[in-house]
Amino acid sequence: MNDPVDGPGPGPVAPDSETPAGEPGSIPGGADAGNSPAQLAEASGPDPQASLMTRITTGNGMVSVLAILLSLIVGAILIAATDERVTEASSYFFARPMDLLGAVWTSVSEAYVALFRSSIFNTQADGFANAIYPLTETLTDATPLILAGLGVALAFRASLFNIGGQGQIIVGALLAGWVGFTLDLPAGIHLILAMVAGIIGGALWGGIAGVLKARRGAHEVIVTIMLNYIALYFLLYLLTTPGFQRPGSNNPISPNIDSSAAYPLIFGSGFRLHYGFVVALAAVAFVWWLLNRSTTGFELRAVGANPLAARTAGINVSKAYITAMVVAGALAGLAGTAQISGTERALSSDIAASFGFDAITVALLGRSKPMGTLFAGLLFGALRAGGVGMQSNTGIPIDIVLVVQSFIVLFIAAPPLVQAIFRINTGKKKSKTTTARTAGTGGAA
Amino acid sequence: MSTATTTPSAGVTSVGTAHRNWSTPMVLAVLALVALLGFAIGSPSATARFRISTDHDAIKVPDVMLGTTLVGWIGAILLLGLAAYSFRLTSRRATAPKWLVPAFAAIWVIAFLVWVIGSANNPNVYFSGLIAGSFTLAIPLIFGSLSGVLCERTGVINIAIEGQLLAGAFGAAVVGSITQSLLAGVLAAVVASMLVSAVLAVFSIKYMVNQIIVGVVLNVLVAGLTSFLFSTVMKADTALFNSPPSFHNIRIPGLADIPVFGPIFFDQTILGYGMYVAVFLVWFGLFKTRWGLRVRAVGEHPQAADTVGIRVKAIRFSNVLLAGVVAGLGGAFFTLVTSSSFSKEMTAGQGFIALAAMIFGRWNPIGAFFASLLFGFSLNLSFVLSILGTPVPNQFMQMLPYIVTIFAVAGLAGKSRPPASNGVAYVKE
Repeated sequence: MNDPVDGPGPGPVAPDSETPAGEPGSIPGGADAGNSPAQLAEASGPDPQASLMTRITTGNGMVSVLAILLSLIVGAILIAATDERVTEASSYFFARPMDLLGAVWTSVSEAYVALFRSSIFNTQADGFANAIYPLTETLTDATPLILAGLGVALAFRASLFNIGGQGQIIVGALLAGWVGFTLDLPAGIHLILAMVAGIIGGALWGGIAGVLKARRGAHEVIVTIMLNYIALYFLLYLLTTPGFQRPGSNNPISPNIDSSAAYPLIFGSGFRLHYGFVVALAAVAFVWWLLNRSTTGFELRAVGANPLAARTAGINVSKAYITAMVVAGALAGLAGTAQISGTERALSSDIAASFGFDAITVALLGRSKPMGTLFAGLLFGALRAGGVGMQSNTGIPIDIVLVVQSFIVLFIAAPPLVQAIFRINTGKKKSKTTTARTAGTGGAA
Repeated sequence: MSTATTTPSAGVTSVGTAHRNWSTPMVLAVLALVALLGFAIGSPSATARFRISTDHDAIKVPDVMLGTTLVGWIGAILLLGLAAYSFRLTSRRATAPKWLVPAFAAIWVIAFLVWVIGSANNPNVYFSGLIAGSFTLAIPLIFGSLSGVLCERTGVINIAIEGQLLAGAFGAAVVGSITQSLLAGVLAAVVASMLVSAVLAVFSIKYMVNQIIVGVVLNVLVAGLTSFLFSTVMKADTALFNSPPSFHNIRIPGLADIPVFGPIFFDQTILGYGMYVAVFLVWFGLFKTRWGLRVRAVGEHPQAADTVGIRVKAIRFSNVLLAGVVAGLGGAFFTLVTSSSFSKEMTAGQGFIALAAMIFGRWNPIGAFFASLLFGFSLNLSFVLSILGTPVPNQFMQMLPYIVTIFAVAGLAGKSRPPASNGVAYVKE
């Protein structure tokens, strides 16, 4: 669960990282918390995110699984409650109670079976290719989620909240798309140039937030939210101008990109899965290396754990903030490239879908680690692909996926809640000792 | 309004306050130059016509005709003068007077308005309607930003304004439609929005989950839930679940006929009048009562507040719930006033504009009120301009609130400082 390099982190951990029920996973840093007056002062200090980082990165794997399970149950309740057959059966509940249970079972199982069949393996399809088609759809949907999720996760590690995935994807897609449908270049070079354009676009948009945070102290959450909307309206404007609007069309959509600027398809034209997915896998490896093996990554994590301590240790905090946001933006820009050069092939107002916001939940579920983000991206890609199939097969709106996703994050963000629901009391003893310790030092300080 | 405390984190990130800060004069100078080049030199040499009264108004005011060249030059010279004055103040290390930036903004907006209307294909606009429309658009923003002020003054970041508004709109539509009662609709909106608040409070105050995460997730959750229920339950029986009654304007005879001001102050729905009351109550409560002092103390320095016996968590909890009440009223406005039914994600980012308004208004109810009006005005102007046919694309007008907010948080146009303990969970020691 914990990489050895993560260790307790270079900075002290604020005592408020101690959750009331005492989270077993947070011991490495948490056990030392509250030992020194300096650390106590930290509790009142301005650094709520240090504790957040510890909690995000050192959570319990079991909690993740249980959170997903609980969220699927919540989804099931919603599906059952809004199903007409269930409502009908409940009207004569006291006469034939089993009817209600049966109706609930049919409704929920139909939904989740449809979800599975459209995201992993279609058991009803003839031929292997058709049967695994849903899985390739999952991977296609996961591609931008993983890339943008990595961007959010990387910024998280420097204790920056990158809510701006949406805007960074849009600007990345904008530039990549422009290269794709305006320039005329040989295959290969064209695609690489489109990728570079996407990276630059995202890095620029993320960089603005980084620079304003580092130089002007502007809160990155506010700046990135605002930049999302600025990017969207900018895109909407460009799609009405001659350089971007498809000739002869009145709709806000751009020309298709040249095939030389498109990601090749991995399994041929029958499947939408493109080499952008391989880029996403490479990005996972790159971010892992960057965070865990490079000096830059060490500095980012040090700043994330405690900016004051990092500065004392001679790390340039401003530079770390800017680097984190630029790289985060670049990753989201690649997600934009995956959209424009891979899946969509033309710019429209919906180019970023809701990937930028979903990326936040992906990074949280993945505990801001590259591998975690990969798996979380795959899971949410499956939910998204499955949601589409579920909607067309059973009529259950795809919005249920949003509900399930947000519940997953809520449950994961508050481990005590999940522990309370499942009566996991592993942390009880520890929580007592830590409270005692905190109380003791509190009196001393 | 702003007590000058610097948090330790400010030392890490922001520039020291000891040296002269040239950003405000620089920004003013750039804007003044834009005015000079665009509105004065680039004047379309036309006459902008602002209609104040309609033919059937009781009091008739002649139309205001303004030459774009004249107004452009006067505006540009005044703006350049103010920018120069700001440079002078900064070089002497003097603090700029409070009126400087608002005065600059007002002149800039007037010069812009005359220029943009003058450049339109049809250079004439019904001014009273423009202002009244801006107020209508601003009302949910004002409720939303008041919700933000109430939360953040106690140190709880409220990113979930969007979710609160959407939940309120949904609640009002469903219950209002079933009961066909406006009062029940408003109450349901308040309850729905309070539920969102309650989740925010429980997670951020009790479980000490990061407030930004909870806010972001709540927005997604509410959007997902309401869209899901809209597609399943509401669509199945629109007559029963999605045809709420509407508030009617209460026109105060006589006063409502006053040009420009009549419609905005004396021809509103109950929610519209309620908005003025809410702004006053929140301002009065926060700055003139013992409760407000406690709230602000908790937001600035919870340890100190705790030491003198203020129950930090209780204050935070109750304020977040209260914020839900206020945002619920704003949510009800969507389905009981502006629109006659609920639709998917109908708040369309207004909650984030409200957040921006709260920041631009410097965490002050009155400031948030005026910031919301400005944003409502820019939204309405973008609609009006797209009808009149002007050189400024309406997407740029819609971008305006967001750009202005970035300038505000970056301290490029005066300082906008959040309460010191904003976002920090409180642990009693």
